[in-house]
This record gives sequence, C-alpha cells and structure tokens, in this order.
Amino acid sequence: MTEASTIAVSAEAGQPVGGQADEGRSLASDAWRQLKGNPIFWVSVSLITLFVVMALVPQLFTNVDPGAAVLKEARAEPGADAWFGRDIQGYDIYSRTVYGARASILVGVFSTLATVVIGLVMGVLAGYYGGFLDTLVSRVTDIFFAIPLLLGGILFMSTFPNDQNTPYLVVVGKVVLVLSVFGWPSIARLMRSSVLQVKPNDYVQAARALGASPWRIIRSHVMPNALAPVIVVSTINLGVFITAEATLSFLGIGLTPPAVSWGVAISDALVAVRTYPHILLFPSLFLSLAVLAFIMLGDAVRDAFDPKSR
Amino acid sequence: MTTTDTGTRRGKAAAGSEYHAKDGLLLEVEDLYVEFHTADGIARAINGVNFDLYEGQTLAILGESGSGKSVTAQAIMGILDVPPAVIPKGQIRYCGEDLLTMQAEKRRKTRGPEISMVFQDALSSLNPVFPVGWQIAEMFRVHRGMNRSDSLERAIKLMQRVQIPGAKERVKAYPHQFSGGMRQRIMIAMAIALDPAVLIADEPTTALDVTVQAQIMALLQELQEERQMGLILITHDLGVVADVADKIAVMYAGRIVERADVYDLYRQPAHPYTKGLLESIPRLDQKGQQLAAIGGLPPNLMRIPEGCAFNPRCKYAQDVCREDRPALRLVAPGRESACHFAEEVLNG
Repeated sequence: MTEASTIAVSAEAGQPVGGQADEGRSLASDAWRQLKGNPIFWVSVSLITLFVVMALVPQLFTNVDPGAAVLKEARAEPGADAWFGRDIQGYDIYSRTVYGARASILVGVFSTLATVVIGLVMGVLAGYYGGFLDTLVSRVTDIFFAIPLLLGGILFMSTFPNDQNTPYLVVVGKVVLVLSVFGWPSIARLMRSSVLQVKPNDYVQAARALGASPWRIIRSHVMPNALAPVIVVSTINLGVFITAEATLSFLGIGLTPPAVSWGVAISDALVAVRTYPHILLFPSLFLSLAVLAFIMLGDAVRDAFDPKSR
Repeated sequence: MTTTDTGTRRGKAAAGSEYHAKDGLLLEVEDLYVEFHTADGIARAINGVNFDLYEGQTLAILGESGSGKSVTAQAIMGILDVPPAVIPKGQIRYCGEDLLTMQAEKRRKTRGPEISMVFQDALSSLNPVFPVGWQIAEMFRVHRGMNRSDSLERAIKLMQRVQIPGAKERVKAYPHQFSGGMRQRIMIAMAIALDPAVLIADEPTTALDVTVQAQIMALLQELQEERQMGLILITHDLGVVADVADKIAVMYAGRIVERADVYDLYRQPAHPYTKGLLESIPRLDQKGQQLAAIGGLPPNLMRIPEGCAFNPRCKYAQDVCREDRPALRLVAPGRESACHFAEEVLNG
C-alpha cells in the first residue's frame, strides 16, 4: 500500500502534462508506465485499497457493531441477517472481519516500514562502508537470527502481557515493535549483500571517478540497483507480519479480546472448525487475500523497477 | 565546451578553475608506490613511477596485465580502495598541488571538472537503471547546479558531439539499448562533460571490435586536440597507441622501463622488454614464420625478482641484472630506458 502510493505520487510529479514527457523521464515514471499496463498490479492495488479503506473507515462497510453478541443466534449460517453468519459468541462475522482488517493492516504496514527503514540504513552502512561497521552489523544480525521471529514475539509478548485495559494502539504498537525488532536483520542482510554486489560495478567506480559524493553514489547508483530484492522481500514480509500478528493473536498473546483481529477470530473459530467451518472460513479468506495482494504487488513492483525486463 | 572557451586550458582556468597549469604542466607523478596488503602478503603493484603530463599531450602507458598501468590510473583518480591498497610513498601533483595529501572533499571536487576518466568496459560503466541522457545530465546538475531541462539539453549536445546518431531521440534510452561502441561514446561524453584538463582513458577500446576501436581512438584524439587536454592512454595494445600518442611509457612489474616518443620507440626500442613486445606483433612479411614471443610469465607481484624485474625472461641478462636494479636513465636524446644494456639493445 505504501509502495503503491509513493510510486503513484512520484510518477505524477515526474510526468508533465502534454507532449513534453521527455522532461520528466525518471526511474519512477518509467516504472509507473510499466505498472499501468500490468493487470496483476491493478488487482493487488484494488484489493489493498479495499483493505486499507476497511481499516480506516469500517463503518462504510457495515453498521453492525462488532461487539454486539446475539447469543441465541450463535453459530448461525450465512444469511440475510448476518451475511457471513455468526460465530460461537453470536458476533456478526462480517462485521468482525471488516473491523479486524485494521489490526492486520496497521501491524503489517508499520512493521514493514520500520524493518525497511532500519534494515536499509544498516545494510547500506555495512555494505558500502564495510570494515568495522560491517562486522558490527553482521554480528548483531547474527544474534537476532538465532531467535526465530515467532519465538521472539512469543517471548516478548508474554513478558509484557496485555490486559483488558491496555489501549488498542499500545497493543498494536507492542506487536509492531517486536516484529520490527526481530524483522529488520533479514532486510539488513539482504540489503548488505545486494550493496556488496552493486558496489564493485564499474558504474559505481565511474561515478567516483567523475566526482560524485558518497551520498550521491549511494542515492543514485547503489540504492536503485540494490533495492529490487528488498522491495520484493519486504512486500512478502508484509504478508508474513500480518500472519505473525494473526498467529500471536491466535495464541492469545498478540491482540486480545475485546480487540478485534483476524487472528483472534481464527483462534475463536477453532473450537467449532468441524461443525461450523464458515466461522473459520471468512477471517481466513480475508487474511489470505490480504497477504496475497501484498505479494502480488511486490512482484509487479519488482518487474517494473527492472529496466531489463521491459 | 561552451562556445566561449576556445583558448588553452590556462586561458579557461583563469576564468573558472582555481587550478592553474604552470607552463602547461598539468600532472606530475613522482616516485609513486602502491601496495596491496592481502592475506597472502604484500603485492607491490607500483614501485616508483615518475612522469609528467602537459597540456595537449597524449601519454600512452603500455604494459601487459598486472604491470601496474591501471593501478597508476586509479591512484591518480583516487579511486583505489584503501585498504587493501596503500600508498606508502610518492606524490601526485595536479597543477602543483599534491592530490594525495589534499583534503578528501577538495580532492573529490577535482574529479570530473579537473581530472576525469573513461573506463575500460562501457558495458558495465553505465548505471543500468537510468537513461543515458539522465546520467550525462547528472554531471551538470551535480557540479554546475543546472536544472533538469538545461542539463538535459547540454547532455543532448554532448551526445551529438561524440557522434551518437539521433541523440535527441536516444537521450531517453537505457544503456542496454546501445551497442558497445555507442556506450563507450556515452562514457566519453560523461568524462568530458565538465571539460577536464586531464583525461585518463583506461583501455578504452579493449571491449570493442576493431573497426569501432579506430573510431573511438579517433574521437578521443579529436576531443583532446579540440580541448587541449592532457590525455593519459592506458593500453596493452601497441597498435592502438601508434597513431594517437605523443609519448609512450612502457611499464613492467610496476616500473616504467622505457620512455620515448612514439616514433622513436617503434623504430628502435631501447629496452629488451619493449623490443620483445614489438617483435611479437604479427606482420604480413613474416608469413609462414613462427611468431616471436617473450618467454616466461610476468613476475608475481608478491615476489618481484631481485635486480631487474625482467631478468628471468631477458636474453640480454647478465649477472649484473640479477643483482643490481637498473634505474630509468637517459640513453640517447629523448630516450630513457631502465636497462644495463640499453645501448646494446638500442643499437642492435
């Protein structure tokens, strides 16, 4: 979602109206031209837009209160009254699923942003400057690699548990924090290796020989050539983070009721998975669709940023 | 580059640059040493190189792989990676100022407008993700602070100057859409964009086929004469330099072993190594005969032989060559050679 909007913005800025398109032909505007013709891009963008709007203003989609339980209709099949049916507590599944998007999107987007920012800075520093800095960053990432993302999440969340009174944003913030802390090393490693691959290229040497400053070399020669794998992996990571949030919530230590999330909903559905599978189906379907949308976007963006694939 | 600067470098330098070439002397390399500190030991890539470069002069540095010619160029440009490279000794003076002791930022600003470089492989010397026009224009945007459209216009002019057909249309094309020769022209355009006083061309034609080689050399020569640049041409190809260079310095194992005017050197080499090189050029009148070659291999830079580095491969070698390292000395007017038997080689 972030990627899509930044591309759109820079492309619009770099694309003059009328016949003088040669002025603003930059990497971003070329990528935009490529993306425009890619149906996968449009499918993923519409899905992502849908989920983002859902996260921002769920009231647009439903006026049913997700906290309203109608116990006598618990486990109701999908129907005119409750489109996706009702769960064990008698909550309207459609409403719960719509409201649940917020947690997933917030966690996914902010964890990705944080990991990309930290990972890029660390990776570029380690890869470009090398030496002691490289050793330091590499060893620190080694330490983090020893702890799997989910295990780290479980450790952290059970050390600092939430209770009924923890504000929603603090709960989400905690999940984002733990996912970013354990997620940045993989981006840093990827960026470092990518920078190491780009750095000895003649065009980086040539830029040095033509007087470019280190900052400019990094910005216009190293970064654009080294970024592609990070874009792909971080869009995939976005899906992973959404899943991780759902997993933590499923285990009862991520988001906890009364907070609404797909993970919580999936967790609640499990007791009735064989008798009332529709309770599990809808939150899982939305979760899968959201993850798929971000992965498809990652794919499309990668293709667009690689001039050789045009 | 602009229509106003028609005079020599000094004329232009007075107008803009803070560097002034005294009597046309642009670059002095004095007693330069470069070592690479590796896990296996110290590789001595350059061992005391001296030369001067004047305005309008073309100096060819000739040598085989590992002779130190490219390292010399990188040392002058200041793009050696330190470490592993170490410059234990020597000076590189540009217009009297030592580049090696210069502040990093000040030195960086000499790259491009004062000293510039064309790389060997234009295929990989251009950034694959940006259009070529954008890359040329970047020179003007960064160093001259021009805006997008002005800099792009200058880029088109430069592309026309280096004879890229349809420059206006192709300014937006990406490097991989050009042929090797065209890419090298673009690289040259970038290198001369800021009108440097010194241009170093590191094997500019190696990756190109023979007809294109000749065109690129002709272009370089033309630009050099037009702008009165000092041109350092690094090559291992004796044929490439013959028409273009004024002076030739032959390098072997990190030293200059012979230096002379092109014509003299080709007619009558004064160092056994140069002689060997010249004899190994295939000639039409030798049809059917065995091609002469220099026996043996270039020395390992971690273990350069005692005495003259060339002695194990030299047919003139005597005991003195294995003990005493000959210095580069004047052996005839305008002829310098680092050989104990230079006179014999020259006359025989």
